[in-house]
Amino acid sequence: MIRVEDLHRSFGGQRVLRGLTLEVAAGEIMVVIGRSGGGKSVLLKHLLGLLRPDSGRVLVHGTDITHLRGPALDRVRERYGVVFQGGALFDSMSVSDNVAFPLREKTPLRSREIAERVEEKLDQVGLAGMGHKNPAEISGGMRKRVAIARALVTEPEVVFFDEPTTGLDPILVNTIHHLILAMHRKFRFTAVMVSHEIPEIFGIADRVAMLHDGVIVEQGAPDAIQASANPTVQQFIRGDVEGALRPA
Amino acid sequence: MSESALPAAQAVPARLVGTLGAVALDVVAALGRFGAFLGDAVAHVFIPPFKVRRLVERIHFIGFRSLTIVLLTGAFTGMVLGLQVFLTLSRFGSEAFLGPAVALSLIRELGPVLCALIVTGRAGSALTAEIGIMRISEQIDALTVMALNPVRYLVVPPVVAGLLTFPLMTAIFDVVGIFGGYLVGVELLGMSTGTYFGEMQNFVDMTDIMTGFWKALSFGVIVTWVCTYKGFHCGHGAEGVARATTQAVVLSSVLILVWDYFLGSVLP
Repeated sequence: MIRVEDLHRSFGGQRVLRGLTLEVAAGEIMVVIGRSGGGKSVLLKHLLGLLRPDSGRVLVHGTDITHLRGPALDRVRERYGVVFQGGALFDSMSVSDNVAFPLREKTPLRSREIAERVEEKLDQVGLAGMGHKNPAEISGGMRKRVAIARALVTEPEVVFFDEPTTGLDPILVNTIHHLILAMHRKFRFTAVMVSHEIPEIFGIADRVAMLHDGVIVEQGAPDAIQASANPTVQQFIRGDVEGALRPA
Repeated sequence: MSESALPAAQAVPARLVGTLGAVALDVVAALGRFGAFLGDAVAHVFIPPFKVRRLVERIHFIGFRSLTIVLLTGAFTGMVLGLQVFLTLSRFGSEAFLGPAVALSLIRELGPVLCALIVTGRAGSALTAEIGIMRISEQIDALTVMALNPVRYLVVPPVVAGLLTFPLMTAIFDVVGIFGGYLVGVELLGMSTGTYFGEMQNFVDMTDIMTGFWKALSFGVIVTWVCTYKGFHCGHGAEGVARATTQAVVLSSVLILVWDYFLGSVLP
């Protein structure tokens, strides 16, 4: 489904990705974990075609997207849904207009059909009747759920989650994770999630990959990652101060 | 030969030349990006789908909501002109030319320039801040990954709105300014209405009006182009947005004055 091959990317002499290779199978939930500032969001931006690598390739369904531009890249992105870290809701629009926006712009659906789908999607994320509110009037957890509803409303094949639970309380973290899991069971999309919610992500991931020093140092099923002999992985999972990972 | 291998006396000039070269390259690259940005926007003006609703919103924001300040500054500019020009002309016994002097100053120069500067301060800065905030809160990335071109949504409507509203606002500014001059010249200083408006008809022709029109049209593009570009390419965080907004207002204002001089030289 998605294959990342030997990805290198530097910013002003700082090498963020140093030959990263990763494969995501169709229909699975792949969670990428790693230190803050370790390049997880940079990896995600390469998968979305928002950044171009210095070298290496990103293949989506066998198509190398690293050199695609304009309509060719848009055709790949039309299969994507993205939940940004802060939600990235359009603050000039109401909640329901935010969710309706991709449908209005990218589909020939009539207004009534769009309204029905928006209402259905808001209901699925537990926000029925909240459509009239503005993003500024709702809580952080609600904004994340609106962002999930907007990402899923076009029923995409691949959904990217960039730290979807950052800044939320533990109950909301679990609520969002259960929501993602429920949506995944219902729609069977492929999910790539960047997160540091340990140990919660082990309950929803099909596979986990640990990013450290610009490469994937370990990847596998959640149980395998938790039992990993790699000291860096163990330090990250346990949150130990002492070890190879130093405070940033 | 590497720089470290150069004698000390040559190393400093070599470094200076290197720095100058790097700065020159940066400037050329920035100008290229600036031009390509406008080119992209112009191309999307003619490529459907057209965002008519966004255009109407931008016309309302840039044009309609600037009307109060345009009316106010237009009136007082005309009144100040009326007063100062009357005092100057009275030294030569030529008060009869107050009408044409006020009208020509407003129509050819002050109307387009002052109107553009005022709209830059009111609407241009807000445009940069709005797009800048969309940039730092990933709303522009959200548009991009929805396979929707952000230039079509965020740049084309203000640029077209600028093209449509700047000439109209300038015309309003000119008319209000001429009546401001009338208030001072006729109502306050005792000139006759016939002299004020009659001489104006004799001296102001279509060429003068078209000069003001072309200036207003080009200022509409300059202001919206600079302000959307700066918002689109703003730095990180609140500081990045603040810096982009300041740069947008300063650069727009400077370009308005430079372009005004250039057009004033080439237009009849």
